[in-house]
Amino acid sequence: MSEVVKIKKGLDIKMVGKAEHTLQVSKSSDLFAIKPTDFHNLTPKLLVRVDDEVKVGTALFQDKYRPEIKFTSPVSGKVVAVNRGERRRILEVVIESDGKHDVLEFKKGSAATLSADEIKENLLGMGLWPFIKQRPYGIIANPETKPKAIFISGFDSAPLAPDYAFILKDQLSSFQTGIDLLAKMSGAPVHVSLPAGQDSPLKQVKNAKLHTFAGPHPAGNVGIQIHHIAPINKGETAWTVGPQEVAMIGRSLENGHLIAEKIVALAGSEVIKPQYYKTTLGASIKEIVAANIKDGNVRYISGNVLTGTKISKSNFLGFYDSLLSVIPEGDYYELFGWALPGFGKFSTSRTFFSWLTPNKEYRLDTNYHGGERAFVMSGEYNKVVPMEVMPVQLLKAILAEDIDAMEQLGIYEVIEEDFALCEFVCTSKIDSQEIIRNGLNLMIKELS
Amino acid sequence: MDGLRKIVDQLKPTFSKGGKLAKLESTFEAFETFLFVPNKTTHVGSHVRDYMDLKRTMVIVVLAMIPALLFGMYNVGLQHSISIGETWSIMDSFLFGLIKVLPIIVVSYVTGLGIEFAFAQVRHHEVNEGFLVSGMLIPLIVPVDVPLWMVALATAFAVIIGKEVFGGTGMNIVNPALTARAFLFFAYPAQMSGDKIWVEGLSQGEGIVDGYSGATALAEAAAGNMQNLPSVAEMFFGTIIGSIGETSTFAILIGALILLYTGVGNWKIMLSFVVGGFLMGTLLNVFATDTNPYMSLPAYQHLFLGGFAFGAVFMITDPVTAAQTERGKWIYGFLGGFIAILVRVVNPAYPEGVMLAILLVNVFAPLIDYYVVKGHVKRRMKRFAVKA
Repeated sequence: MSEVVKIKKGLDIKMVGKAEHTLQVSKSSDLFAIKPTDFHNLTPKLLVRVDDEVKVGTALFQDKYRPEIKFTSPVSGKVVAVNRGERRRILEVVIESDGKHDVLEFKKGSAATLSADEIKENLLGMGLWPFIKQRPYGIIANPETKPKAIFISGFDSAPLAPDYAFILKDQLSSFQTGIDLLAKMSGAPVHVSLPAGQDSPLKQVKNAKLHTFAGPHPAGNVGIQIHHIAPINKGETAWTVGPQEVAMIGRSLENGHLIAEKIVALAGSEVIKPQYYKTTLGASIKEIVAANIKDGNVRYISGNVLTGTKISKSNFLGFYDSLLSVIPEGDYYELFGWALPGFGKFSTSRTFFSWLTPNKEYRLDTNYHGGERAFVMSGEYNKVVPMEVMPVQLLKAILAEDIDAMEQLGIYEVIEEDFALCEFVCTSKIDSQEIIRNGLNLMIKELS
Repeated sequence: MDGLRKIVDQLKPTFSKGGKLAKLESTFEAFETFLFVPNKTTHVGSHVRDYMDLKRTMVIVVLAMIPALLFGMYNVGLQHSISIGETWSIMDSFLFGLIKVLPIIVVSYVTGLGIEFAFAQVRHHEVNEGFLVSGMLIPLIVPVDVPLWMVALATAFAVIIGKEVFGGTGMNIVNPALTARAFLFFAYPAQMSGDKIWVEGLSQGEGIVDGYSGATALAEAAAGNMQNLPSVAEMFFGTIIGSIGETSTFAILIGALILLYTGVGNWKIMLSFVVGGFLMGTLLNVFATDTNPYMSLPAYQHLFLGGFAFGAVFMITDPVTAAQTERGKWIYGFLGGFIAILVRVVNPAYPEGVMLAILLVNVFAPLIDYYVVKGHVKRRMKRFAVKA
């Protein structure tokens, strides 16, 4: 075991409604969808039409500029809708399951029996490739490049985060197979990061370099881990894969067809019984949330409350998400809210009396708690970004579209999730994540 | 609460786009958000946000200034009573001061906020809270005898030239309150310096005790009359002559505790400012000559005199005009304190150096940051070289 990396900066936001360690097999949903909007910088090219029959693994759409990257159906059945948004942008391809699980077969095997090219072919064909993201930019990895390393964060430190030790408890052999496959395909070292102070089942993983991280969120963010293990310089590429997705890769290739089952945590203050559900990639959340949500105006978030996507209660799980958060909407007025003592108001500053109760779990809502202003306070962001990066200076370089300064200040090492806490603590209510994504898009555009 | 909300909701269409009074939308919004934290919910990025906002920040700073303000009011009465040779009760002194100081506060706020509202309206922005603090700072750093029209003019100058031309709160280069003070100092030197303006009624000169001077401790020291300096206890607790809110180091320290504890004020800047001032004071002690007795004033007493404490706690720490980088803050604060005492003692033209020193380092803050960021980039590059 290598030594523990101690993350000092950051913030654990304690919220009510963490999922309990019980696993419920969700009533199988009828509708599933793959959403092109889950992928940054993707121009989808549709490959199916409404009413087409699809099998598990049939390609629904592909990347227009990298056609080998396909996005496939997680279930067998029929395409029932292609929902579009503004300017006919494809929002989601919806499939109705026929419950038969007809699968598209691929060559089955393990890292020992398949060649590197065959593994890559399988991942691309089954639609598992999009699980591999690349740094810089946090976009789907380019199959042509060779990464310097693959990084897998074995835990999540975000508010209400799912416990991967629980999720992966019974998938360890698949996880190991996934690691072996990724290592063989890329020819690059695989790094797995584990939380300190927890007896993670992932400790037994072989064929990977294990690292231990201690400290508050964002210690579990893979970007922070890369930064401390082997920072990305200009011209370098690293790949990242989520832990549950590694297991899915292992399981699917072993069996020779896509097995898109996954375990998702349902959490948040507005959930009656927060727990884990066994479901399928892209499933409608309707069955999961049915009769398990408290009354009132709530927000459903696919992902965590810092970086997730707002969805409706009949929409679908995000491609990369293993968490569904449900929190109250904050669309209310509060008389003299800024002047009250604020005993129950969570804040990193001690201007609210909530500092008296540091271990309390809060029922946070979606109110901005103030209006957007220019940068006034300084040093706030530094306290929550555990990287050798100056957050405000980087954001300002992005706003000025100064490519050189962005490079120097570390644009290659960050994606928006690393700045989510900046956004949370910001007195001026500046939307840092959006700025970072715009900066990344600018870099992609300028450097391609 | 519901009733009040109803009234606001009824009024809202009138002030919104298309309404009769749409021209006053920003003004209406300012009052609405003053009453109610808005119902706006997050739509991009993080779904939850900290309860902290700029209003809260500014209110904490104003709160931190209250001890200095209350003591300042009392001291106005106290100094006046001394000048006319009477002994007043604490309450009498305070009420006298209240009546004298309140108009200055009102003029400062009305002028400044009026201009802020107008600019917000023209720009279709929300009204920024920055002036809540500046509007209180200005009365605290002027002499009590200042004519109200001068306060209005200086405030207008500070808000327009010091802040709005740069784009409003968050964009300004120099501290607006100090800009106002500097404007007074340079535009009306005859009225704003000398020994007559620091005590209420002295410039009219009615009923003043024979031989009463009204000079501030700094003026006495600059003139070399070291024997006329108040005792250290008087300096610290602030029963001395000076600008309204800056005499009592003790009251200012209470404010400092509030700012530091809540994290609104930056401890690095405050500390380094004090260290800088103390070090300069000590240096002067070392090189003190008989011809300039001021130089041998014990370094720690410099910290109690004039606007040093007030500057350290409320002025140099303004996050907008200070250095933004952590390392830069140390350099910035230190330079501020260092130069403040240097100007104070060595330059005979200005009895107080704090204002000018802070304005000067305000201007240098971006340069300091520039070099700190450059160093940071260098360190980043080195990191790659080692690990790669």
